[in-house]
Amino acid sequence: MAERTLSPRVIPDRLQSRGNRLLKSWESLLLVVAVLIFTINSFASPYFLDPWNLSDATFNFTEKAMIAFAMALVIIAGEIDLSVASIIALSSTAMGLAVSFGFDTPVLIAVGLGTGLVCGMINGLLITGLGLPSIVVTIGTMSLFRGLSFIILGDKAFTGYPASFAYFGQGYVWWVFSFEFVLFALFAAIYSVLLHKTNFGRAVYAIGNNQTAALFSGVRVGRVKFILFLLTGLMAGIASICLTSRLGSTRPSIALGVELEVVTMVVLGGVSILGGSGTIPGVVLAAFIMGMVTFGFGLLNVPGIVMSIFIGVLLISVIALPILWARARRRVAH
Amino acid sequence: MLQETTTSRLKPAIALEGISKSFPGVRALSEVSLSLYPGSVTALIGENGAGKSTLVKILTGIYQPDAGVIRVDGEETHFPTAQSAAYAGVTAIHQETVLFDELSVAENIFLGHAPRNRFGLIDWKKLNGDARELLRRVGAEIDPTIRLRDLGIANKHMVAIARALSIDASVVIMDEPTAALSHKEIHELYELIDRLKADGKAILFISHKFDEIFRIADRYTVFRDGGMVGEGLIADVTQDQLVKMMVGRDVGQVFPKVDVAIGEPVLTVSGYRHPTEFEDINFELRRGEILGFYGLIGAGRSEFMQSLIGITRPSAGAVKLDGEVLVIRSPAEAIEAGIVYVPEERGRQGAIIGLPIFQNVTLPSLHRTSRSGFLKLANEFALAREYTQRLDLRAASLDQDVGTLSGGNQQKVVIAKWLATQPKVIILDEPTKGIDIGSKAAVHAFMSELAGQGLSVIMVSSEIPEITGMADRVIVMREGRIVGRFERSELSAEKLVRAAAGISEAA
Amino acid sequence: MAKILKNREILLVVAIAALLMAITLRFPGFVAPANLARVYNDTSILIILALGQMAVILTRCIDLSMAANLALCGMVAAMINAAFPGVPIPLVILAVVVLGALLGSINGLLVWKLDIPPIVVTLGTLTIYRGTIFLLSNGAWINAHQMSDAFKALPRAPLAGLPVLSWLSVLAIAAVYLLMTRTPVGRAFFAVGGNPHAAVYTGIDVGRTRFLAYCLSGALAGLSGYLWVSRYAVAYVDIAAGFELDIIAACVIGGISIAGGIGSVPGAVLGSLFLGVIKNALPVVNISPFAQLAISGTVIIIAVAVNARAEKRKGRVILKKAEAV
Repeated sequence: MAERTLSPRVIPDRLQSRGNRLLKSWESLLLVVAVLIFTINSFASPYFLDPWNLSDATFNFTEKAMIAFAMALVIIAGEIDLSVASIIALSSTAMGLAVSFGFDTPVLIAVGLGTGLVCGMINGLLITGLGLPSIVVTIGTMSLFRGLSFIILGDKAFTGYPASFAYFGQGYVWWVFSFEFVLFALFAAIYSVLLHKTNFGRAVYAIGNNQTAALFSGVRVGRVKFILFLLTGLMAGIASICLTSRLGSTRPSIALGVELEVVTMVVLGGVSILGGSGTIPGVVLAAFIMGMVTFGFGLLNVPGIVMSIFIGVLLISVIALPILWARARRRVAH
Repeated sequence: MLQETTTSRLKPAIALEGISKSFPGVRALSEVSLSLYPGSVTALIGENGAGKSTLVKILTGIYQPDAGVIRVDGEETHFPTAQSAAYAGVTAIHQETVLFDELSVAENIFLGHAPRNRFGLIDWKKLNGDARELLRRVGAEIDPTIRLRDLGIANKHMVAIARALSIDASVVIMDEPTAALSHKEIHELYELIDRLKADGKAILFISHKFDEIFRIADRYTVFRDGGMVGEGLIADVTQDQLVKMMVGRDVGQVFPKVDVAIGEPVLTVSGYRHPTEFEDINFELRRGEILGFYGLIGAGRSEFMQSLIGITRPSAGAVKLDGEVLVIRSPAEAIEAGIVYVPEERGRQGAIIGLPIFQNVTLPSLHRTSRSGFLKLANEFALAREYTQRLDLRAASLDQDVGTLSGGNQQKVVIAKWLATQPKVIILDEPTKGIDIGSKAAVHAFMSELAGQGLSVIMVSSEIPEITGMADRVIVMREGRIVGRFERSELSAEKLVRAAAGISEAA
Repeated sequence: MAKILKNREILLVVAIAALLMAITLRFPGFVAPANLARVYNDTSILIILALGQMAVILTRCIDLSMAANLALCGMVAAMINAAFPGVPIPLVILAVVVLGALLGSINGLLVWKLDIPPIVVTLGTLTIYRGTIFLLSNGAWINAHQMSDAFKALPRAPLAGLPVLSWLSVLAIAAVYLLMTRTPVGRAFFAVGGNPHAAVYTGIDVGRTRFLAYCLSGALAGLSGYLWVSRYAVAYVDIAAGFELDIIAACVIGGISIAGGIGSVPGAVLGSLFLGVIKNALPVVNISPFAQLAISGTVIIIAVAVNARAEKRKGRVILKKAEAV
């Protein structure tokens, strides 16, 4: 125990340097995995290292990763939002409706973002206002939001998005860097700062570790959580704009099952599903890993569903292996 | 006290010999021995971290010892599971009576060993009948079919004891059983323990309260730092000797109370009330004053304090701080105004386990250490160092998880956290509950120092020595109302107890 | 009155009755016994699954992999039948029940032995089980003509007025009810979810109990796999995709607390029936079937709000006069 090393008066700030700690962190493990997969992929397929191919590959994680950043904060705060994929669907449907009424791109963007915010607000009010468990509430709103899309669309689809709308999912900012990828990088930076460098981020960790003590310590728990659900709603709205623009059409089944991929990404990124710990760089690495695996398998003509097996195994094994390893080490120590 | 039976000639019901247990980095127990005799109460005494809970967990089969022998009635045995300990007749009644709120009383008593019919299915009729019989034996009037959540704490205790009887336990472990009980309930518990003794049960009684140890124990065993440092008959020992064994040094029950010039009123509370928890709360708190709030557990003191800082909403009442009317709707607003509350439940409401020490300390003061919402770690470390050192915190580094500290040091972090907000009024709710004597003294000394610096302190405490030792003035609450006010000069333990229990002077 | 309102099961019965009455106003034929029997039969699989999910949720866990488990077992049942039409159907059922229990036990082992949070484990196995169906079938469908008549006929076979499918769900309800109320394991489910810490001290192995709950949910998912595939006479990778949420919804509506320790067999059954009635009523009262999802979402939110009110702890009543009120 730490009290063995009694320090008479002066307590040092840190015993371990930050560099040392980083070296032993989950993120460095993820980095090793990412580099391994990158290396394996470049040997497995001659097409992998092509910049344009790599650029294409980013599309299979950028939208999910943008939501994953906000989801990471929600999960660190000890809650969960399973309704994100349904928010994508409802936002997309709302934009489709706007198109059918003849509105142009700026209005579509406003409608997409607005729908996401309203959905996030509904989640936030139910969870913080009424104090209901987020897992059940968002299972409910997950059905509700997508259900509304089904009511509006039935078995039809919205198409006919204006040409200028295509930029968000298909445009390139510079050379191989797509608009989506730049947006992803931007949000990665914003959320890193928000979580790791601000008072708000500290409050998120405090709530996730001990909500009651955080409240007693003057953290405005309800307000923080409400903002978090608002943010996931907003990010889902942004993802919906990108996805809708990329696909050029809206069906009520759009982005079905994406919530599980987002949660997987967050957990793979080292965020504890029980709340209280995790980092944005971890989620960024997890996004790259999932993207590269999908892309690599794609190049090898492995069907999508088999990739999902791999992701499932990865999800369980990255959590199980450190536990098994720690146990093995303890056994050796004895 | 029952007559001390000649236990030395009896064979122990259970005996631990040379028990050792280590965890990664810590040696929790080293070669301790303990014998419990039928019909006798053995008090297990030790500071927090002395290894008492580890021992209980070994006795109940939760942990396996690394070395040593357990003998039941002289036979060497092992308790690989909790079930096996229960079969051997060892049962434990825990802090806060951990049972199952959603199950019925009868089921709480028989869970794990319910009577079955000839098809191997649980026989509910017999279950309820047997439960009724057991509850009658412990003298509790409880319907065995109601859900446990509908019972009060004292009755839950009775259910826990009925459970102990139901497995026909020969060894009953009581881990701080009186911690959450009121005066009257404690006395009922004492009577019950006497009855269990008469039934020939061997009882291990863990407590921090010396008065009750001398009231009911026959024997004592003292632990210090994972080792056994003394045992014998209670009749042969004094309180001072026990304390000396516990801490390994002389600690007089001296309170470091310093006389402070008491200034003008700082906080004025008038007409404060809540629909179900308290009413008619009126008082003034002055600069440099330590105002004690005494009462039995459940008298509404914590409820009132938590309402004062905005956790619950009062139905009426006014609060003035430095003459200005305040409306506080959340702890955040209370902290801003300069009123802070150090809660009673350290683990649940105080410390944020999982975050490092410095982040715990700075959490309510982040607006001061940060710049426009962005963290400044250097400022945080400086603030955390300043306050933790004032409280003489023992830690390896400020970056260490607060969960790795002992209870006493955690409490210092928690107090440092609220002091760092530079409050005008600090409310300490049971500030020394469940912490070791060394830390207690540090907290008391610090409290005096604060008052000397002009801070106003409200101290909620259920320990009479602490109240009489530290408070300038005492308010006594009972059933949600103020029932007594005493100046330091007129304080006596008897007056406090009478007021808190509602016994009139004449009676 | 207050007491009745507190009883979740009675509240649900009232809600279902009110729902039926409202439907009757538009379509009187709905409450005809034959139609009600049809609705029950249509809800049977959901009921069986909800019973398994209930056991898992009671222990403070969750099983997101039930629908994937169902689909995998259904595919295996169909493949056995397609390859060896001669194998007696009860043997096929037994095989998939065992397989389902095995798949459930994988969840249980990961939760028990490695302490991985249940939501992560079953999220992982959900994708793994679905993927395995693809590996087994190569993405191909097994259609009605590849299945033997006996395979398809069993759930539909009438027995004393009801199809075998209905009887199987009745049997499952009775068996799980007996398990939950009259056996130590069943009571342990409640104890583990209600207070895992205390459960250890009463000699209950928390991990093992959770493992058993997963085995039960797995076995019931396996049974449902056969029933689903034979009833709809088709097996492919995506059958029952997303159904895991319907199962959880049925449990939530049935008053089973997601925090564990609170719930009952009648609750799970009534919660399933509530969803079943809505699903079957929409077409007959001329509401687009596309509205079903939104309605069940709304019902989940209302149900959880109602349950939360019922579970809310009473504040401590300290004042004497307040106690009297």
